[in-house]
Amino acid sequence: MENQGSSGVLKQGTTEEKGEMARLSSFVGAMAIADLVASTLGPKGMDKILESMGRSKHVTVTNDGATILKSVYVDNPAARVLVDISKTQDDEVGDGTTSVVVLAGELLREAERLVAQRIHPMTIIAGYREAVTVSRDYLEGLAMDNGEDPVAFRNDLLRIAKTTLSSKILTQDKEHFAELAVDAVLRLKGSGNLEMIQIIKRSGGSLRDSFLDEGFILDKRIGVGQPKRVENAKILIANTSMDTDKIKIYGARVRVDSMDKVASIEAAEKNKMKQKVENILKHNCNCFVNRQLIYNYPEQLFTDAGVMAIEHADFEGVERLALVTGGDITSTFEDPENIRLGECDKIETIQIGEDELIHFSGCKRGEACTIILRGASTHLLDEAERSLHDALCVLAATVKDTRVVYGGGWPELAASRVVDELAAKTPGKKALAVESFSKALRRIPTIISDNAGLDSAEMVAQLRAHHADPSTRAGVDVLSGHVGDMQELGIFESFRVKQQVLLSATEAAEQIIRVDEVIRAQPRQREG
Amino acid sequence: MSLVFDEFGRPYILVKDQNTRSRLKGLDAQKANIKGATAVARILRSSLGPKGMDKMLQSPDGDVTITNDGATILEQMEVTHQIGKLLVELSKSQDMEIGDGTTGVVVMAGSLLEQAETLLDKGIHPSRIAEGYDIASKVACEHLDKIAKDYDWTSQNFENLVQTCMTTLNSKIVGRCKRQMAEICVQAVVAVADLKRKDVNLDLIKVDGKVGGKLEDTTLVHGLVIDKEFSHPQMPKRIDDARIAILTCPFEPPKPKTKHKLDIDTVEKYESLQKAERKYFDDMVQQCLDSGANLVMCQWGFDDEANHLLYHRKLPAVRWVGGVELELLAIATGGRIVPRFQELTPDKLGKASAVKEVAFGTTKDRCLVVEGCGETKSVTIFVRGGNRMMVDETKRSLHDAICVARNLIRDSHIVYGGGAAEIGMAIAVENAADSVHSVEQYAMRGFAEALDAVPIALAENSGLSPIECLTEVKSRQIKEQNPYLGIDCNEVGTNDMREQNVFETLVGKKQQIMLATSVVKMILKVDDVITSGEYE
Repeated sequence: MENQGSSGVLKQGTTEEKGEMARLSSFVGAMAIADLVASTLGPKGMDKILESMGRSKHVTVTNDGATILKSVYVDNPAARVLVDISKTQDDEVGDGTTSVVVLAGELLREAERLVAQRIHPMTIIAGYREAVTVSRDYLEGLAMDNGEDPVAFRNDLLRIAKTTLSSKILTQDKEHFAELAVDAVLRLKGSGNLEMIQIIKRSGGSLRDSFLDEGFILDKRIGVGQPKRVENAKILIANTSMDTDKIKIYGARVRVDSMDKVASIEAAEKNKMKQKVENILKHNCNCFVNRQLIYNYPEQLFTDAGVMAIEHADFEGVERLALVTGGDITSTFEDPENIRLGECDKIETIQIGEDELIHFSGCKRGEACTIILRGASTHLLDEAERSLHDALCVLAATVKDTRVVYGGGWPELAASRVVDELAAKTPGKKALAVESFSKALRRIPTIISDNAGLDSAEMVAQLRAHHADPSTRAGVDVLSGHVGDMQELGIFESFRVKQQVLLSATEAAEQIIRVDEVIRAQPRQREG
Repeated sequence: MSLVFDEFGRPYILVKDQNTRSRLKGLDAQKANIKGATAVARILRSSLGPKGMDKMLQSPDGDVTITNDGATILEQMEVTHQIGKLLVELSKSQDMEIGDGTTGVVVMAGSLLEQAETLLDKGIHPSRIAEGYDIASKVACEHLDKIAKDYDWTSQNFENLVQTCMTTLNSKIVGRCKRQMAEICVQAVVAVADLKRKDVNLDLIKVDGKVGGKLEDTTLVHGLVIDKEFSHPQMPKRIDDARIAILTCPFEPPKPKTKHKLDIDTVEKYESLQKAERKYFDDMVQQCLDSGANLVMCQWGFDDEANHLLYHRKLPAVRWVGGVELELLAIATGGRIVPRFQELTPDKLGKASAVKEVAFGTTKDRCLVVEGCGETKSVTIFVRGGNRMMVDETKRSLHDAICVARNLIRDSHIVYGGGAAEIGMAIAVENAADSVHSVEQYAMRGFAEALDAVPIALAENSGLSPIECLTEVKSRQIKEQNPYLGIDCNEVGTNDMREQNVFETLVGKKQQIMLATSVVKMILKVDDVITSGEYE
């Protein structure tokens, strides 16, 4: 029922949905989105193929909730809320992007049922709020913290990385990639700055050939005729124009009246560049990396001086290089004494696949590192990169907040038990909402089992029985298809991710439940 | 369309292009206007009160806003009806003047108009109705003055202020952590308040937000948050005891406005030009250093060369700082905005105890936090939330709460909420009506009925049976001579609003009544609407 504005009060073309209709349309929209990604949840979740609009028909194969939702064109405003939380989850903790949407969808499904029983939306919200606080506090109490003990903590990280990776394409080699990811993150020494981890993708080889490089790899070429290998390198990292310096004073122009003068100006120009190169060489560097282009003439000068010159290293490359080698990024070269040069033991070109890359090894400060991904196709590599990115994000988040909980549906079931207890104690209609919250929580292990082709009803019922004992560690063991001990299986998740999932999903559900009217302006007419 | 004939019997055109324009006259015009206005008011009705619902609004570009704030809903709804627009304005003016009660004022106006319609049907002249409403609103305001309570709080103990802010936040989605939010708002307001003059400059409170984290992570920064980062990646991320040079000139050679050309025709000139160019950069950095600054905030960009020189001389700098932020920074740190390097002197520098770069989440998101700014107080509330709509709505809610706190500092009189004040006013107006001996009596009764609309809507939204509740509370108010009884929306179990700690500011409530009455009077006085046709 879309009535066209209240008696012409609103602008033409604006549609208005009220009360039940509004609620229905937003619930349905949100649930549709949740169902869309539900099948990707869990270790046996399926992937989706996304084909972009437009002529290129670019294809993406992915399992990552945020990526799927980002690419889907959504018109329903409520569905947009869910897309938004998934994106935020991605930005904030990197993983759990599917879980958050599925949980929000399930909460709304339960809410719909309650509304049909004539329970006021505000009562539902009140119930959800209480339930989420209780479950968060309970999980917080049970979270394990090994932050003090580096060995145990590393172990935790490894397990988290494996859990995250097991639902992705990298699951075959999850041991390998978990080690990779943990090493990379631990090298950051708690800074959590993921930009310092560079991921280079090269098709060819197999996923197992991917490796972490302690040093730094720059995807660039060394100038012609210059040394291909430098030991005990002193690197000058620069951001300066190495073509002709343009005159920066406004309104200046060269105006000459004879060919001689052109020649002399040109000579002056050349001389200036020569001066600049000489200044650079005065720094006693044997490697010069510039963010901008290096023209032929200065390149030749560098070659003559036997200095390795690398041009057009992009901004991030330069920044990372500065970080790894401990050098300054310079733009003026008059004061050689006060500029720190970057240092590393060896610079050489290496061959990966059919590409030549520049490898800096033995760097002074080993914070940054490079992960080289190898794989059969670009789609595979893209997905592998996304998966690895997820794992890195989760690990970085865990390094900041070192608490961990069991995975495999354990947190949901444990929380659902305490929420059920709360429901038993709550007087009034709110209890129904609290109960629904626990039902929604239990849907997550149900979906995980369903996706794995297990008898979900049986599985969840068994798990519930196990969880009657608060000290249980039971969760879904997807591989064997039985209830398993999460401690023994080593399935762990970051507490921060779980907490974020719970809170964001409830927040989003609450936002949608509160709506009783949807007013949609007419889409702006586009020209052409 | 009415036709007029001149003395020769020829039709005479009063309104040009009659066929493209429509015209409504007399009672029809009033009826149509009332209908339009009540339609708008009805949309807002369900958003009233602590259990009010939200509206989801989709803009022409597909952006979604979810809100409970009356002014925002009306603004984004794109009302085209002429009288509807008046109500939008009404809500906006309440928002600007008081900041809260934007829904209430529209609901009030709508119900006044509904009453007016029945009065019109009885054949009462619109201007008599308007007059009656006028008298009634005066009576109502007098009554408010009578039941208002002076509210004591001191800068040490502002528990009462927090309670009031909590009432405001109750109806919003941030209700989940209303206590924390209310405390943040009150602290912010108290921090910038001028307690002697009893005034608060809201410009000093900036509400800023970034998507991510959870609502509980929302913090109050005693200083400024600037969404920028240092210009050179290797500059220090934290500067203690900062002396800030606030510049609006770029780190570039000057560009005179006068059109000029600089011709180079010899090698010598070319070389001297290069030297001059270099000297410009050196001088600029030197001038900053000479003034004693250890941080430069610049409105414009830097040349690569300048950027490196700044880093090289250990002078951290921030580029592309927006004009508004620059102004705020100048106010906060007590510095002066300097348009030329030559004018940079030590006393023009802004001071802050710490400036640091803070990173968020996994993506490349960084902010600068300027803390402990000089003498002038300036605070920023930094909102975090699960998604963009949440952050936006929280910002709006906090704005409301801040306004309420400010109003209380300006005038510490309060009335009790939950419909208690409206019921009290209705009783007072009803009583006063009997002593008025003219047609206005009816209008005043209508006014009293209209006042009931607010508690009825409150009860309805809370899932209580409206008429039953209202009649019960009303009879108790009269019987017990207790004007503090209202609708128990939160099902606490008592109707006494003093126990529930639900209050509103006296100014806000008065303003609502006055604004609603004056808009209704205006609408009633319109008896001819001429709309010109759409442009083809």
